[in-house]
Amino acid sequence: MKGVEMEDQMYEIEETMPLNPVESFLRMDRMPHIWCPSCGIGTTVNCFGRALETSGLDMDKVAIVSGIGCTGRVAGYLNLDSFHTTHGRPIPFATGLKLANPELKVVVYSGDGDLFAIGGNHFIHAARRNLDMTVICVNNFIYGMTGGQVAPTTPISATATTAPHGNFEQPFNLPYLAESCGAVYVARWTAYHVRYLTKAIKEALAKKGFSFIEVLAPCPTLYSRRNKLGDGLDQMVFYKEHSEIQHNIDTKTATLDFQGKIIVGKFVDKERPDYLTLMNEHYQKKFGDKYTPYKG
Amino acid sequence: MKADPKGVLTGAHFLDGDHACSEGAISAGCRFVAGYPITPSTEVVERIAERFPLVGGVFIQMEDEIASSIAILGGAWGGKKVMTVTSGPGFSLMMEHIGLAAMTETPCVFVDVQRAGPSTGLPTQPAQGDMMQARWGSHGDYAIIALCPNSPQECYDLTIKAFNLAEQYRVPVLLMMDECVGHMTERVIIPPAEEIEITPRRFYDGPKEDFLLFKPDADLVPPMVKAGDGYRIHVTGLTHDEKGYPHMSPTAQAKLIPRLVNKIKLNADKIIEYKEDQVEGADVVVVSYGITSRVALPAIEQARKEGIKVGHLRLIVAWPFPEKRIQELAAKGKALVVPELNLGQIFYEVERNAYGKVPVTLVPHPGGTVHNPKEIYNAIKSIRHGG
Repeated sequence: MKGVEMEDQMYEIEETMPLNPVESFLRMDRMPHIWCPSCGIGTTVNCFGRALETSGLDMDKVAIVSGIGCTGRVAGYLNLDSFHTTHGRPIPFATGLKLANPELKVVVYSGDGDLFAIGGNHFIHAARRNLDMTVICVNNFIYGMTGGQVAPTTPISATATTAPHGNFEQPFNLPYLAESCGAVYVARWTAYHVRYLTKAIKEALAKKGFSFIEVLAPCPTLYSRRNKLGDGLDQMVFYKEHSEIQHNIDTKTATLDFQGKIIVGKFVDKERPDYLTLMNEHYQKKFGDKYTPYKG
Repeated sequence: MKADPKGVLTGAHFLDGDHACSEGAISAGCRFVAGYPITPSTEVVERIAERFPLVGGVFIQMEDEIASSIAILGGAWGGKKVMTVTSGPGFSLMMEHIGLAAMTETPCVFVDVQRAGPSTGLPTQPAQGDMMQARWGSHGDYAIIALCPNSPQECYDLTIKAFNLAEQYRVPVLLMMDECVGHMTERVIIPPAEEIEITPRRFYDGPKEDFLLFKPDADLVPPMVKAGDGYRIHVTGLTHDEKGYPHMSPTAQAKLIPRLVNKIKLNADKIIEYKEDQVEGADVVVVSYGITSRVALPAIEQARKEGIKVGHLRLIVAWPFPEKRIQELAAKGKALVVPELNLGQIFYEVERNAYGKVPVTLVPHPGGTVHNPKEIYNAIKSIRHGG
């Protein structure tokens, strides 16, 4: 009898426990997720949920688009209109989505390989056009889903399954790339900087135009293990000890070396008319009253 | 539903097939086009770019065909009727997204103004070499619809039909033009908007709590919603259940993929369209499509003058293929002649359905120009002589 009572009691306690505030932004019916223990992607999703919570946005009007890969699975776990597209192509999908329905706040959430190897061309053009979207790149320095291959972000000398003798290709400096192409908001944080990251996502969501956030995140199963860097927690300690906040720094200097100093911060926050604003202004000038401003 | 009169240029025009295709898209209600320049299709997007600002549409020239072919899928889920336009090399780049469109049941129109290939081939010269690619080009099992206009008027009419079929069956529809039809200028009649029949998107109108994004109606096609409607949809290229959630199992695969094929296969009789001329009494039937259907006419006429009973079956819908009709013709002992601007593509489909009952003769051509009608005539004649 006592045991049963205790069970009932426990059940009741669970029922009355306050929900995690991020839960309403997740598709809880899809849990558990596929990410490895101590992977950093879930942490970034938590920050994204927190940012949404205080963003003031109508969640029915927020759409999320992912490509393929570990981070590509983010779209499938968020309780928003969500699109899991093809490898490298979330940005052009998001371009069509935004232009067809401009009232949407469109977020692209994908990995470094997806956005900057196979999808690199789309990134630079979307930034150039200043399409009104937020791109969040979880950079774990490696291809996770396919088993640890070298990426365009893998630091020199780090090893990967397709660079077993160490990488000798120069990796991208993503904030520099984003700024050069015309992004109006550029920031880099790590999975350790949860509050800064949450704030950055909130700022990016509020920004009109092409905003970009790079988030460094541990990949304990492949990147850390192959490079003998410990588990996810060890990487978080590393981020804590080796990160240096330098807002507004010249992005050219924000390079990342293997296990070197990590410059984080908000690097770019400027104003530039976005694609649809430019389009409407241009056609209004050209056609006068004959043109009805495009609103979707 | 009737066409939105905004943008419908009612009247008689002198247009090439590419421009007629643009007008067909506008009449059909297309308001988002993404494209990338490629000969001989570029005139389609040029006219769209010219016309769209004043009809409330958005055209964007993307960075490549891969981007164009997925931007339109984003546009469709944003609520617009959408199209992209290309030719051979660009068509090859678009294959992955024809698969994504089929898998996610996204209504969209792909226009391929065929030129001679493979690879860069003959960029300014015609071919019909993409017919099998249209059907099978993306990996895995799926079904599409493909239409073959043979005149600028049909480029206009069939573009509208392509949009209507895309909405009806939530499927990518491919308009398989060729360089000749694209660049040929003829009279095109654009009817008044109230005479243009338009199929609206099949938007879901049931109770919100019962909504499942991929739960099909009786015709195997599920109704659709758009992003921003509050349904919090999930759309993935992974094998998924009726809710749209990924489902990594042979069971889910066995439920989803046959339906994607069957929604076209089981509705094929409603989709298939062809035109016949003197087929009933014929001993020989020429099966053709696109520009080749016009090149075949002098050959058919000449043979008829010589007393040979020749019929003509012109495919307007190439995919799904009119299997039953070919089987009927073969059962009646009619020899079949298939001229096409390739070294044998639709020919194999005809041959397969003839079951070896009648001779099926391919009149091949590698492209770059059209057949000399004499080649088709010779093929007809050699059958007559038991060749």
